[in-house]
Amino acid sequence: MVTLKELSTEELFASGHRLCAGCGEGIINRMMLKALRGPTVIVAATGCNEVASTIYPYTSWRLPWVHVAFENAAAVASGIEAAYKAMARRGAWNKHVDVIAMAGDGGTYDIGIQALSGALERGHDFLYICVDNEAYMNTGIQRSGATPHGADTTTSPAGNVIPGKPEWKKDLIGICAAHGVEYVATASPAYWNDFITKVRKGIEVNGPAVIDVLSPCPLGWRHDSSLSIQLVRLAVETRYFPVYEVEKGKYKLNINISKPKPVEEFLKAQGRFAHLFKPTYRKDVIDEIQQNVDNNWNRIQKLSTQN
Amino acid sequence: MTIVGMTGDEAVAYAVKQSKVDVVAAYPITPQTIMVERFSKYVADGEVQTEYVCVESEHSAMSACVGSSFTGARVFTATSSQGLALMHEMLYIASGLRCPIVMGVANRALSAPINIHGDQSDMMASRDSGWVQIYAENAQEAYDWIIQAFKIAEDKDVQLPVSVNIDGFIISHCMEGVDVLPDDVVNKFLQTRKPLFTLDPDKPVTVGALCFTDYYFEFKRQQVEAMRYVRGVLNSVCREYKGVSGRKYGVLETFGMADAEAAIICLGSTAGTARDVARRLREQGKRVGVVKLWLYRPFPTEEVSAALEHVKAVAVFDRAVSFGAPFGALCSDVVSALHGLDVSPKIFNVVYGLGGRDIQPSDIEFVFNEALETARTGIVKEETMFLGVRE
Amino acid sequence: MTAEEKKPGWKSLPMGAVVLEPGSSLKYKTGDWRAFRPLVENEKCVNCLFCWIYCPDAAIVRKEKWVEINYDYCKGCGICAKECPKEAIKMVEEQK
Repeated sequence: MVTLKELSTEELFASGHRLCAGCGEGIINRMMLKALRGPTVIVAATGCNEVASTIYPYTSWRLPWVHVAFENAAAVASGIEAAYKAMARRGAWNKHVDVIAMAGDGGTYDIGIQALSGALERGHDFLYICVDNEAYMNTGIQRSGATPHGADTTTSPAGNVIPGKPEWKKDLIGICAAHGVEYVATASPAYWNDFITKVRKGIEVNGPAVIDVLSPCPLGWRHDSSLSIQLVRLAVETRYFPVYEVEKGKYKLNINISKPKPVEEFLKAQGRFAHLFKPTYRKDVIDEIQQNVDNNWNRIQKLSTQN
Repeated sequence: MTIVGMTGDEAVAYAVKQSKVDVVAAYPITPQTIMVERFSKYVADGEVQTEYVCVESEHSAMSACVGSSFTGARVFTATSSQGLALMHEMLYIASGLRCPIVMGVANRALSAPINIHGDQSDMMASRDSGWVQIYAENAQEAYDWIIQAFKIAEDKDVQLPVSVNIDGFIISHCMEGVDVLPDDVVNKFLQTRKPLFTLDPDKPVTVGALCFTDYYFEFKRQQVEAMRYVRGVLNSVCREYKGVSGRKYGVLETFGMADAEAAIICLGSTAGTARDVARRLREQGKRVGVVKLWLYRPFPTEEVSAALEHVKAVAVFDRAVSFGAPFGALCSDVVSALHGLDVSPKIFNVVYGLGGRDIQPSDIEFVFNEALETARTGIVKEETMFLGVRE
Repeated sequence: MTAEEKKPGWKSLPMGAVVLEPGSSLKYKTGDWRAFRPLVENEKCVNCLFCWIYCPDAAIVRKEKWVEINYDYCKGCGICAKECPKEAIKMVEEQK
């Protein structure tokens, strides 16, 4: 735990990037970079973050930063980690460098899941941060495995027959925890202290660590840019996005919401769920979502108390 | 002279061991498997100090290699066929990001239908990917070329990835006596890699930026220029290698071409069979010759033109099919190379050996006789001959 | 000379599109994106730094007793105004 005043004023993610006004990824980048413990390399997958921050000849990054392709952030990070090890072994390298891989939910839940699984199984020493805005935002708001049930995206549109995405969000934390890695967690940038602490914890783990951080997207979620932080706070307060960690297989709820707000409040605030309210109030879908939120919360709470 | 009995795959693994590679990230696929298996054993026995990353797919293999390469490490991977096809996207990225990775490819037919045997369709499918492409005739050449490949790739004017190709099963799995160099000779020849930049937190760089319409073209033009440097660098590296090994390499090798009327040009193991047949036919007084191309990309236009220009008929052997194209890959390149000549030889394409279909000396003799007939009459009977297929 | 010709050519550009200057995006002033600008009332500011940590563009500058806005880069998203516990930041329409 830290205080804001203790955090460094150095901005390793410089201004002048072209992320949308109010983009969660800008906030997440800055918070993450406050948690570093020493020399660090960032490996990024293709996505909003990468595209908006490195338009040649400009770059916002003030530390070594690598982008290769969409689905392989974890594989590239594996290669970098292996190279540092090998070069240190032959005496060509004498400082420890932390490796952080960053990818969106597209590059993690879907096309990137193979590379992530492989890297976790091999046990490379790196931190993987999934910047989760719940759809393929960079290519124009298409659905991903992280898109919630009922959300309107361009490939799961709310139509006359189907009210948004039929499927439910994948349990990434469960998948990563099943690999037996030491540390997996969720985070919300509205809870900056929790997120920054988790990033540092993930870096300090000797082996793989994964953080899934909820990232508000004014364009994709369709809300006013000023509400970005408020929404990812509401996501936690409604138990829609539980903030918890799995450390050495033990679940722990970090932010306990004893009196949750109804998830409807979270849904109502975003244009991507507007079709659930107008022209018809879809109580059936909203109730379904509430039920799922409750079940998920209970599941995590039960796992947390089992320790 | 130390002769060791090795298959082509084993020879590659041995050369990689001696080349003091920092990182190997690879995924097994027949017929490359022995390369990675043999290398794993070196790692397990502590014979190498390499970080061996057992990646979960070929796409991740090349991804990890790219990451390792610009961290500053010397990197190797290997694959075949479907694996090479799976990493296709990454091949362009490796060359675009100027990573001097060396890859051993045991050439195997591409599905479908699925076939695990040797033909060159896999690397031919990636011939435009910006990789330097070298074809070895046998295990000895595979060993020698792997070592030279690192030096060519890491040259400061080149900085391009290099693939060393060997025919699947024919070279990869056949035992030969390979003359290996002592470790210290290879060390001295190669030295440690001196990367142009590394991922150094004290000197932060951004790699893989987005280049819009205003910059992309310039970086591709840089790659074209780098490819143009390869021939000169390769010849220089081969000269140096001859000094330490006694074996002379270059962009191509000829046999009997000084007075040939009809010639065969090909890549890989078939050159050995063709040379053998040519020797026998020449004893009968027939003026035939063989051009074996080592360097396929960049295509050594001048040398190929010089080797073939005085010949009357050329049969170009392609161990791959380029569907819908007027000629196969190698034949198209040969035709392009010769198009500027006032008097060009008659050229016909021989597509052969697909899916590992065996090519016999009698087949090659047939082609030589056809070529001699064409040399005599000036008539090409068949522009594309499918040699060895059942009608 | 066309606009294209003013930019560096392939012979002088560093190899492989590597950007050698960290933080060069500072040369690109995103301040002109704004439709609304934040105004800080210094007397109300308690220097809690919430606006600073929540700004996506690092456009909040920490001063001794309060914060200031770096208008060169502020995109006017309004998060700072929304999150300020003392309502010390107001969003006003950008003057043309």
